[in-house]
Amino acid sequence: MSVITAGARDSGVVAWRNLLNIKRNPDWLLAGTVQPIMFVLLFAYVFGGSLGGAQYREFLIGGIFVQTVAFNSSFTVIGLANDLQKGIVDRFRALPMSRVAVLLGRTTSDLAVAVLTVAIMSVCGLLVGWRIRGSVTDALLAYAVLLLFSFAMSWVGAFIGLISRSVEVAQSAGLLWLFPVTFISSAFVSAENMPGPLRAFATWNPITVTADSLRMLFGNPVRVDRLPPDAWPAQHAVPYAVGSALLIIAVFVPLAVARYRRVASR
Amino acid sequence: MTASIAVSTEALVKTFGTNRALDGVDLEIRSGRVLGLLGPNGAGKTTTVRILTTLLRPDSGRAFVAGNDVLADPHAARHAIGLSGQYAAVDENLTGYENLYMVGRLYGMSRADASRRARQLLDRFRLQEAAERPSKGYSGGMRRRLDLAGALVAAPPVVVLDEPTTGLDPRGRMETWEVVGELVDDGTTVLLTTQYLEEADALADSIAVIDQGRVIARGTSDELKAQVGGERLELVAQEPEDLAVVTQVLDEVGSGSPHTEERARRVQVPVEVGPKALMEALRRLDAQGIEVYDVALHRPTLDDAFLSLTGRAAGRADGAAERDEVGGGHIEQGARG
Ligand SMILES: Nc1ncnc2c1ncn2[C@@H]1O[C@H](COP(=O)(O)OP(=O)(O)OP(=O)(O)O)[C@@H](O)[C@H]1O
Ligand SMILES: [Mg+2]
Repeated sequence: MSVITAGARDSGVVAWRNLLNIKRNPDWLLAGTVQPIMFVLLFAYVFGGSLGGAQYREFLIGGIFVQTVAFNSSFTVIGLANDLQKGIVDRFRALPMSRVAVLLGRTTSDLAVAVLTVAIMSVCGLLVGWRIRGSVTDALLAYAVLLLFSFAMSWVGAFIGLISRSVEVAQSAGLLWLFPVTFISSAFVSAENMPGPLRAFATWNPITVTADSLRMLFGNPVRVDRLPPDAWPAQHAVPYAVGSALLIIAVFVPLAVARYRRVASR
Repeated sequence: MTASIAVSTEALVKTFGTNRALDGVDLEIRSGRVLGLLGPNGAGKTTTVRILTTLLRPDSGRAFVAGNDVLADPHAARHAIGLSGQYAAVDENLTGYENLYMVGRLYGMSRADASRRARQLLDRFRLQEAAERPSKGYSGGMRRRLDLAGALVAAPPVVVLDEPTTGLDPRGRMETWEVVGELVDDGTTVLLTTQYLEEADALADSIAVIDQGRVIARGTSDELKAQVGGERLELVAQEPEDLAVVTQVLDEVGSGSPHTEERARRVQVPVEVGPKALMEALRRLDAQGIEVYDVALHRPTLDDAFLSLTGRAAGRADGAAERDEVGGGHIEQGARG
């Protein structure tokens, strides 16, 4: 069997095992879906009133999608840290299986979780007045961009999970970095009114651009004020979003795999 | 390396910070044999196991499993080895069946083969009743058995068991011993770590005693026992005035000089073959009309072994005696009690 088919097969086995784990232990999946729904409702109705009402809600959903899948990467962090702590990773590492399978299996099963969360979010969005106004192809492309971004974030999560010294550290480390990264973006508010450095960060932040891509492809407003985007990344949102996701994958896959090889049980 | 050597390590050294966990460990196991790696907490047993199973790289030294260099070709080594680690690493949310099926698949078995093998092992380890329950609800012993079964899924030529009976009840211990016996019958080479001399004695063809990262003694269990001091016969006299005769009789039947504790009316002597010496001693005392209050045969304990081999009691760092000072054969009295 070639290295690639063996790798795919082993990853499939690991992903199957991870999904069984989630199925038998659905509590934290519940937490993972309740949180974004709460965000939609809070932003849509608490902030929405002063930020533009129905128009804001339509703007918001693209951002919430991206924020949600970004936060899903903490599942990857915690899942791997748990497996390390319980000696499961040692069990795997002593087996003659593919080197990437434990990580690829994990990011794959987390991608499956992301599909489920995005489906729930979409229903939730429709309920608060969000609509897909573009073509079906564009909508499918939007979902593809979102899932690619989710997959990329999951690899960042894999790396964080492997460098965390305990599950407790993983739990906070996996979430903490996401707050600045998702909030200093145009996920919830347009970047135009942020002070200089934050604005620069937000403009080039892949979260911003992925959210902008979704808004464009779904036919939603890219700015709350409905003006056309003026920054270069936003004007090239889809290629920039895809490119940055691929770049994240290209950086974090080798980092995580290298770390996995050296990681010791705890 | 000859073809009949299934596992070997050469001068393994591993340090964690300033702690020299392994300080030049050489081991050799012939094909189809069982080596017992015997040592107290922190001796370096698990570290040795982790290096052999490719989980840890040594600072220096080499290791081979079934002809494969563990460092140069870890993938091939993993094919040849089945591991049951010190702490059962089963997936709690998976059933017993799913755990074994998963391991089979990851060894490269087809779905059908992995499934058949999982059922087979569940039967063998008396887990069929629990096969469809998540292993979260298993008892410690069941978990341990499931983990052990996981090591055997691919019927590898070499099986490594790190303290396989620690935490098991007597029945679980007996069952594990039986499994090791069956493995040997199938021609499997086994490396087994343990803290119990008794266990190494029951299972291993040869024993290596490890302490502070060094192999301090090796040989068959008989050789080791002879080195440790073998069995001790202990008699307690009924009357204080009989003590002299009892001492004299024990001097005759024993293999060393007797040690007398006047106040307890107790006399001890090292013996070669315990039951034979016991019978002989009783016969002679009976012939002289002397009654004994109590009789005991003491097997050497790990404490004895350590005292004898290292000059200090196992797990205690009192360092009362120098390592070099203590030869084979002699038992330090202070170790007991
Ligand atoms: N990952 C690690 N980091 C630091 N020190 C370690 C590590 N693993 C082992 N050690 C140290 O190396 C020494 C040998 O440990 P090892 O686990 O091999 O002992 P052991 O013989 O298996 O003991 P036990 O019977 O308690 O399982 C100990 O002093 C231990 O503290
Ligand atoms: Mg150990």
